[in-house]
Amino acid sequence: MRERAVIVGSSVGGIRTAQELRRLGFEDDIVVLGAEDELPYDKPPLSKQLLLGTQTEDQISLLGAGGWDGLQLDGRPGTPATAVDIDERTVTAGGEEIEYDYLIIATGVRPRTLGGLATNESVVSVRELRDARALRQRLAGGGPMLVVGGGFIGAEVASSARALGADVTIIEALEAPFARAVGAEVGGHLASLHRDNGVKLLTGVGVDAVKQTSDGVVVRLSDGTTHEAGTVVVGIGTMPNTEWLDGSRIPVDNGVLTDASCAVQAAEGVYAIGDVARSIDKGATVYRRVEHWTNAVEQAHIVAKQIIDPTSPVPDARAPYFWSDQFGTKIQMVGRPAESDSVELRRFLTPAGEKTVAIYGLRGAFAACVAIGWPRSIATCRSAWERGASIDHVVAELETLSSGASVGLT
Amino acid sequence: MRIKADVVKCQGYGNCVGVDAKHFDLDDDGLVVVLDEVVDPSEMETVDAAIRSCPVSAIWRAGADA
Repeated sequence: MRERAVIVGSSVGGIRTAQELRRLGFEDDIVVLGAEDELPYDKPPLSKQLLLGTQTEDQISLLGAGGWDGLQLDGRPGTPATAVDIDERTVTAGGEEIEYDYLIIATGVRPRTLGGLATNESVVSVRELRDARALRQRLAGGGPMLVVGGGFIGAEVASSARALGADVTIIEALEAPFARAVGAEVGGHLASLHRDNGVKLLTGVGVDAVKQTSDGVVVRLSDGTTHEAGTVVVGIGTMPNTEWLDGSRIPVDNGVLTDASCAVQAAEGVYAIGDVARSIDKGATVYRRVEHWTNAVEQAHIVAKQIIDPTSPVPDARAPYFWSDQFGTKIQMVGRPAESDSVELRRFLTPAGEKTVAIYGLRGAFAACVAIGWPRSIATCRSAWERGASIDHVVAELETLSSGASVGLT
Repeated sequence: MRIKADVVKCQGYGNCVGVDAKHFDLDDDGLVVVLDEVVDPSEMETVDAAIRSCPVSAIWRAGADA
């Protein structure tokens, strides 16, 4: 009997799962449901290359040249799933109940909105292709841009907007941008990068009110100041897209809870991957939701492998890895800086100049690192994290990669 | 089969090195370096995993005579 895999979500996690299933020999039916009425595309370029115009929409497509047919996929864009029945093993989408043998939940996250304020043409988030299209139009029209939220998406949009000549201000509630992700020390370092590139930073202030005007927006901050903008970009975090699972008995708690193989324990044949999944690593005690491109790709592979061969071993946890591109500088993060209790910035002299790496510890052990403009260090840091290497070892290995000694900056 | 790389496409994300440090490295400018262009069949799976891990498709395999 033919089996059917239903993949809910057509971003990188969903599409990679379909591609991996085919590659590993799954010859039966694969249905891919996409909420957006677009062909699958890759999201990282939305805040960068697509805004800058250095890549086209065609170039960020996730399907190969053969499209859906090339992999014999039953792709259904513009067809969000609205319910699932884990007893009958059906998914409801587009007014139809689709039976599944395997259900892969890859519905991702959506941006939080500003005080419940609906997004419109001048208040935008950057999550979907249409957002990037709209923002690109706005940028071409000029006018100052306000970025609310000093996170990575906002920072990347700020960087792209500056490259296009826009006047950009970032507003962050904490004392330093990026502090939530990388701590105040590294946040301060990144803040300098923004200031050096002409971005104005307003920190320690919140947004009290946003008022639409005929030609833009007026934003009032918690310090009483008002700021006019042509466009407001909101980047204040995300929420997992799990409402469609309400009442399904699939366990949801800030994401779909899964084991280390991305399987939902309570529901046979059901898996969750990518931004929407909150999984527990082998040997770990806490569930974590990881919003990184590389994680979605790794989990897509794990799930496809489990479906093809349920006895295949669950791989050891890989080092979390995240990158961001800002003002031509790569900011690359390994491990979990947010779960650390110490940080030291070190400067390494390499043939390509001085490079700064922040090395984080947790109870004396190596927890994470953030490399600023030194891609070559990343594989070393990932491998060290996965081996459980000590901080001294990480520094020694990075010194070997560079020209020798390094200098502590903090 | 052989490994091909495009340093114009490469963005220095380093995913390939994270998967297969025997065949891939980054140089000091953060661009991919293929350490060993020729791949033994037994290493194919790891090389393919490295190729799939690249966010910008800057590495691929070419036939033996490519």
